[in-house]
Amino acid sequence: MSTNLITDTATVFSRELRPVLRNPFSVIFTMVQPLFFLALFAPLLPDGAGDESTLQWFIPGIVVMSCLFGTSATGSNLLYEIQTGSHERMLVSPLSRPALIMGRALKEIVPMFAQAAIIVVVTIPFGFRLHLAGAIIGLLILSVFCLGLGALSYTLALASKNQEWMFWAVQQTLIFPLLLLAGMLLPLDGGPGWLRALSRFNPLTYVVDAERALFSGEIATAAVAGGVVAAVAVAVVGLLIGTRAMRRA
Amino acid sequence: MNATMIRTRKLTRHFVVKKEKVEAVRDLDLHIESGEMVALLGPNGAGKSTTLRMLTTLLSPTSGTAEVAGYDVTTNQRGVRGRIGYIGQGNGAAHSQRGRDELVSQGRAYGMSVAAARARAAELISSLDLEGVADRIVSSLSGGQRRRLDIAMGLIHAPDLLFLDEPSTGLDPQNRANLQEHIHRLHAEHGTTIVLTTHYLEEADHLAERVIVIDHGRVIADDTPARLKADHAGDRIMLTFDHEDDARRGVAHSLGIAAPAHVEQDGARVLIEADGGAQLTPKLLLSLDGAGITVNSVEVARPTLDDVFLKLTGRSLREDAAIATPQSAITTSQENAA
Ligand SMILES: Nc1ncnc2c1ncn2[C@@H]1O[C@H](COP(=O)(O)OP(=O)(O)OP(=O)(O)O)[C@@H](O)[C@H]1O
Ligand SMILES: [Mg+2]
Repeated sequence: MSTNLITDTATVFSRELRPVLRNPFSVIFTMVQPLFFLALFAPLLPDGAGDESTLQWFIPGIVVMSCLFGTSATGSNLLYEIQTGSHERMLVSPLSRPALIMGRALKEIVPMFAQAAIIVVVTIPFGFRLHLAGAIIGLLILSVFCLGLGALSYTLALASKNQEWMFWAVQQTLIFPLLLLAGMLLPLDGGPGWLRALSRFNPLTYVVDAERALFSGEIATAAVAGGVVAAVAVAVVGLLIGTRAMRRA
Repeated sequence: MNATMIRTRKLTRHFVVKKEKVEAVRDLDLHIESGEMVALLGPNGAGKSTTLRMLTTLLSPTSGTAEVAGYDVTTNQRGVRGRIGYIGQGNGAAHSQRGRDELVSQGRAYGMSVAAARARAAELISSLDLEGVADRIVSSLSGGQRRRLDIAMGLIHAPDLLFLDEPSTGLDPQNRANLQEHIHRLHAEHGTTIVLTTHYLEEADHLAERVIVIDHGRVIADDTPARLKADHAGDRIMLTFDHEDDARRGVAHSLGIAAPAHVEQDGARVLIEADGGAQLTPKLLLSLDGAGITVNSVEVARPTLDDVFLKLTGRSLREDAAIATPQSAITTSQENAA
């Protein structure tokens, strides 16, 4: 009968995951945009379509993008539950407040893995070469990042519970600068100095760089270490402020 | 049965809306014992939900204290949460989930094993008549079905103390009666302490052993429904005469017989408010007949909680609701006369 942080987190996590398992195709909806980028944008990159090194460079970015789109929007589910009343019901229960945010954010990892697998499987016929060990480590780092980003998205939802538009305004305003400044779609190497300086303040930059290294099989590199630090930092910050917001909700 | 379940001292909650202070609940001193069945009654915005939200740890008090099920609502929230059930004004089950899944996860949240939660979910699904819809996505349920699911969610862990915020709003009369029956059984068979809010006066009257009338964030009356009615409102006898003249003579005559607390004339109609209306009426009719004053029709109404509310505040709780009942017809004419 006794509950603790771990059982509570498991309760929240499995509740969140259930609709995804019941309707696995929902995982694909948030992927539509990244897949379009993949199909329509990759051919425009300097090296031209079908080039192996272009894909090798581009795919890890698309994997991160797909995680970014899905996870940053996940707070809208909470927003909806705040409006309909089921979040209130969970707040009245003895579930621990950190578990309420952690269980939800952890769930984001599952669609992230599924989406990464789909992207890889779709691109292998076009010449993408998978380095499995590196990719798995890469996805583990991305999982940590996802956890933090999910927590931040839920925090944003809690903060905008009385004005739904605010959630989408902030999410949409932040997502593209973050994405472009991380060099996800275009390399920043040739960009102006201020742009590159700015990108150094974007934790996503380090995560993307680490994913690129790992997806091409380079494991023990400074880029990977940078990615680990950035992902952990985002997770710690996200969970801290998320828990604080949940306590006040 | 005499243990204290809820005790508040000067419980107060303010909101600041656009720099203006709203005193939603003011200096509430409440004492509810284990096993009581209490209804909070009051118009929109009276502070009922705010009170429940403070007692269930959803909202922190601006000042004052509240102890619920033995724990302080600000210093031991987890203690309170483990002991209570709460059915809010919204839907407990998320619209994107299936009802049965939500029931099981709710059971897990209260520390039940998966097997126990499943068994309990099945039991509640059948007793609340949700068999056909429990495995559907919640957004596809009708409002009434969703409400019944909410009730099941709140009951999953069989709490000792249950709060219900307008449980029957949105239900049709038959489902409302079923729900009331369910709540009644919960109270009678398991001794569950129940605190509910409602706009349905009949519901408070029928269900509650104690009615706390709240207005503008304050308790203005607190007693059994019967005592409230006896203390604050008499029976209402409505006599209709053929002519206004008869009515005028009827008033004078009635005053002689009953010395009733209150007699009012409105055209050819006379309203008499007095205790023991059922006994008084035959006497009154005989005597009027003896005096040669013809009574066209008579209607006797027991006082309702609305009459109590009207007496206490000068306003009716009914607003546009339930216009078709005879009580409200009298209320209306009395308002016109007043
Ligand atoms: N979160 C809030 N922010 C600002 N004001 C609030 C908030 N919650 C309630 N109030 C105000 O406090 C007062 C009491 O509201 P409350 O919801 O407790 O009323 P109620 O008795 O439950 O009414 P109803 O019968 O309509 O449910 C109202 O004036 C309401 O506008
Ligand atoms: Mg209310």
